[in-house]
Amino acid sequence: MADLLHGPAAPPARRPGHVARARWAARVWWLTAAMWTRALLSYRTSFVLMLLANTATTSLDFVVIVLMFRHTATLGGWTLPELGFLYGTSALALGIANLFVGSVDALGDRIRAGTLDTMLIRPAPVLAQLCAERFSLRRLGRTVQAAAVLAWSLTALPVHWTADRVLLVAVMPVFGSIIFGSVFVGFSAVQFWWGEAREMQNSFTYGGATLLQYPPTVFAKELVAGTVFGLPLAFVNWLPALRVLGRPDPLGLPTAFQYASPLAAALCVLAAGLAWRAGLRAYQGTGS
Amino acid sequence: MRTDPCDRKSTRRHHGDIGAARTAPEPTADPAPPPAAGSPALYRAVAAGSFRRYSTYRAATLAGAFTNTVFGFVLAYTFLALWRARPGLGGYDTAQAVTFIWISQALLATVAVFGGGFQDDIQERFRTGDIAIDLYRPVDFQGWWLAGDLGRAAFHLLARGIAPALAGALAFHLRIPRDPLVWGAFLLSVLLAVVVSFGLRFLVALTGFWLHDSDGVRALVLVVTLFFSGMLLPITLFPGPLGTAAAVLPFSGLIQIPADILLGHRTGPAAATGLAFQLAWALALVALGRAVLAAATRKVVVQGG
Repeated sequence: MADLLHGPAAPPARRPGHVARARWAARVWWLTAAMWTRALLSYRTSFVLMLLANTATTSLDFVVIVLMFRHTATLGGWTLPELGFLYGTSALALGIANLFVGSVDALGDRIRAGTLDTMLIRPAPVLAQLCAERFSLRRLGRTVQAAAVLAWSLTALPVHWTADRVLLVAVMPVFGSIIFGSVFVGFSAVQFWWGEAREMQNSFTYGGATLLQYPPTVFAKELVAGTVFGLPLAFVNWLPALRVLGRPDPLGLPTAFQYASPLAAALCVLAAGLAWRAGLRAYQGTGS
Repeated sequence: MRTDPCDRKSTRRHHGDIGAARTAPEPTADPAPPPAAGSPALYRAVAAGSFRRYSTYRAATLAGAFTNTVFGFVLAYTFLALWRARPGLGGYDTAQAVTFIWISQALLATVAVFGGGFQDDIQERFRTGDIAIDLYRPVDFQGWWLAGDLGRAAFHLLARGIAPALAGALAFHLRIPRDPLVWGAFLLSVLLAVVVSFGLRFLVALTGFWLHDSDGVRALVLVVTLFFSGMLLPITLFPGPLGTAAAVLPFSGLIQIPADILLGHRTGPAAATGLAFQLAWALALVALGRAVLAAATRKVVVQGG
């Protein structure tokens, strides 16, 4: 099936370059997202209600942290503004990733219903279509709320701002969202083989984001090591945050790790891309 | 579990085209001879059919149990850190606090904190208009869906409850009771929790008669449920008015009361009070559901379906 789009059908000579293909994918994403946004806005009351509910639900995580700090001054040795910083960077990265590629997790449902085949015969990249399908602006709720908590934490933190710290804070959401986006796509690709596995991906995206909202000192060292050398979620915020907040690394890793988020993000994109490609090649269709 | 649970939850729920294959009820799947209309055997058959139906989604069940386990680990560590800083907080010792997390993860799917179950089916039937057919069936509309939801809950308790709890028991020091009476009270409390949850979800689904789309209401109810059920934080830790509200709202009957009974935090008269609280809310919500359904049915007839 996939060969219809990516296989020998297109003569190599006319095959567009990487830049042209990326621009085409971005345009497909944009057009699809715009279409769903227009559809959604025709039910304005429902949209506003859902946006409010969405924002409130995602805020509950931080409300719980605030309630915890009514009973203690520090958690794992970290203060409330420091947890706000972790919460803001983690939720912002997840929110941006969810906004752009979050819809990809419905892959298994589309395979079952046969609607993936419809996408495959369209002259547009499947991944871009899937990521924007049923795009929902209400996901902005998490992003805005996370940015607000992050902004508050930055005003409340007693950080001595140096150039490298300012730069780290500025790029954390960028590489963090690329890492989370890769996790969304990579684990969704599992559904090519295991159609009902949608919820497993939640363990690593939403579960991972929850993990990163708390200081690494709270967790067992093996778990923290797993987020550095296994699924590299620690590069979303834990490692750069150690640098920004001037805290010692519980694992005692070299300082270079605290600046290595771009490298980790690149590796994640590579792994997710390979998983996606392998899945699409293995896809046979259900005949529906 | 949690909140990302939030959106984690809400973005995961897509209805319409993609869910159709999975959410279509199978009302005729039972072997002949059919039980007489309205007999207890009929509702038992509906519950058994629902149990079987959910047991066919093996990969989804496994993935769900895995997710509950991952969240259990993350949250158990955060609770350990909090109780290390404040031993005895909320009247729980450290082992009880960690056990609370694993109980809540084990009950999450059973009591459908994030909504779903029959709610997805019924919403789908509003969308397609099949709801009109349901109203003509010679069975009690509410009883039919309740029986099905009890079957679903029984399956989820076994499949998505036991695995995370075992993982938690292996990795952490948990406070698990040995007294069979406590376990009996706990299971009774879980049963009542499912009925309370059913009552709430049924009411939300019925708003579809008026709103055509109950997703907005559903999302708002989710916020309140997550917070006031004890799913995120034991409600004994809520300050002032929040704590007072949590103690009288039905949501504490979903997670907090069953967990407190199993933890030995509620014993004797306190356990009985908790069960009575759940029973009262279950009856009130089911009765309210019947009244709203009667009003809604009249509306459907007036409009000619």
